Amino acid sequence: MSSYQPTYKRYNEQAILIEWPTDINTRILSEILRYKEKIELVLNQEVSEVRSAYQSLLIIYKSYVTDVSGAIDVLKAVYTSDVELKPLTSKIWKVPVCYDDRFGWDLEEMSLSKKISKGRIIKLHSEVIYTVYFIGFLPGFLYLGGLNEMLFTPRKATPRMNIRKGAVAIGGRQTGIYPNDSPAGWHIIGNSPIDFFKPKASLPCFAKAGDRIQFIPISLKEYASIEKLIEEGYYNLDSEVWHD
Amino acid sequence: MIKVLKPGLFSTVQDLGRFGYQDLGVPYSGVMDMQAAKIANVLLNNREDSAVLEMTMTGPALHFNAHTIICLTGADISAKLNSKALSNYELIKVQPNDVLSFGALKKGFRCYLSIMGGFKTEICMQSRSMYTGVTSNNRLLKGDYLEVEENHVMLSNKNAGLKIDTTYMDSSIVDVFRGPEFHLLSKEQQEELLNNDFSISNYNNRMAYQLNELLDNNLSPIITSPVLPGTVQLTPSGKIIILMRDCQTTGGYPRIFQLTVQGINSIAQKRTGQNITFNLRK
Repeated sequence: MSSYQPTYKRYNEQAILIEWPTDINTRILSEILRYKEKIELVLNQEVSEVRSAYQSLLIIYKSYVTDVSGAIDVLKAVYTSDVELKPLTSKIWKVPVCYDDRFGWDLEEMSLSKKISKGRIIKLHSEVIYTVYFIGFLPGFLYLGGLNEMLFTPRKATPRMNIRKGAVAIGGRQTGIYPNDSPAGWHIIGNSPIDFFKPKASLPCFAKAGDRIQFIPISLKEYASIEKLIEEGYYNLDSEVWHD
Repeated sequence: MIKVLKPGLFSTVQDLGRFGYQDLGVPYSGVMDMQAAKIANVLLNNREDSAVLEMTMTGPALHFNAHTIICLTGADISAKLNSKALSNYELIKVQPNDVLSFGALKKGFRCYLSIMGGFKTEICMQSRSMYTGVTSNNRLLKGDYLEVEENHVMLSNKNAGLKIDTTYMDSSIVDVFRGPEFHLLSKEQQEELLNNDFSISNYNNRMAYQLNELLDNNLSPIITSPVLPGTVQLTPSGKIIILMRDCQTTGGYPRIFQLTVQGINSIAQKRTGQNITFNLRK
């Protein structure tokens, strides 16, 4: 597990930041997630929260850390320890997306500027299996890795004031789904009827870091029926266990 | 019950925050000035994480329909019960048909109202802190009802002689730790940050406080990384942004400072135009 040498820094009175090399890859991701699991298991008495991003872990303690270097030594010991961990259980979620012009507001423009047909853009976007690196920015917003380089598109110069919940978008080298109505600087290429954040549910987000996402193109008609099923509580999002 | 006759500029119910949901992208929220809110609860013998009302710059008008005891802390917004002027940090007995109202802002920026037993508003993800997209309401609106406990208690001791230290509210010195990207700044940039006065811009709210002054900056954005309330970010155009309680969970700008807990409390009591200086904690 110790193939990298992460660095440790104090973040505030009760948090320590651990960082890996600045890179986005699934090797760092799985190392971070294993380390997170170990800390949650071994240090559950003193640690209240462990948060992850692309290449960092932020460890939040229950009380002020007075001996920072001592706390870092403990973290390092946990890193190299052989704690029995259950194998990571990741899932691949099949997320339906309607790329119809009614939702894909910027597809036409992207197709013209990239000289790639709309059909090809949809294919390039939906044939990849994306990795969920972490959730951030907005409640339920998944940071996905794996977008095809041909679809990289600089953010819009002027953001839209309001886009519709479920909007599937491309911004820079990333793609994502807006879990709620919000302002947006990314290019909107479709919409998913699925709820990505349900604050009142026992499991507010179905996906977690380490899971995979695949977009399944659907028609307007299918979109309408899925929306109806969700409304009545009969829709089950398709998923399978994912093995690396 | 309490009926909201007037909501005030921006009044929200807050507790100490929503913990354990950061990995779903949910902000902590919670009171901006933790010290004032905790004192407001402690004076009433409440749990310190009981929900309070946070009022910003101008206060609401509230009609009580219960016997209870309340306490005000933090900013002084010239509170009155019916026509009687009230002081902060004192216990106040209220009865049905009393109206609590506010006048001119005299000190600080955020006032806290605690009530015996705490406000009993909706709990969402283990917290009553109002936040758009999580709780049903993101702020108090005219005509809202707030549920509270009925408490017939005699009030004998009015905290006479209680001295509360509120110097942090007026202090312009904000204690900070070095942020994870502080070392990437040039010596000149570091000195400018630590030796100059900065002022609060009118872009200030529960999410972030932006400063008026720019810092010459050539740092590139960073890979998206965790941030906390009190993280100070530097944008490519040189803007300095202090993240507050409703901030996003992750960010892509260099994190140059991290405010101490007391630093956040102090900023929470600052308004547009006020000056601050950053003081590096050893």
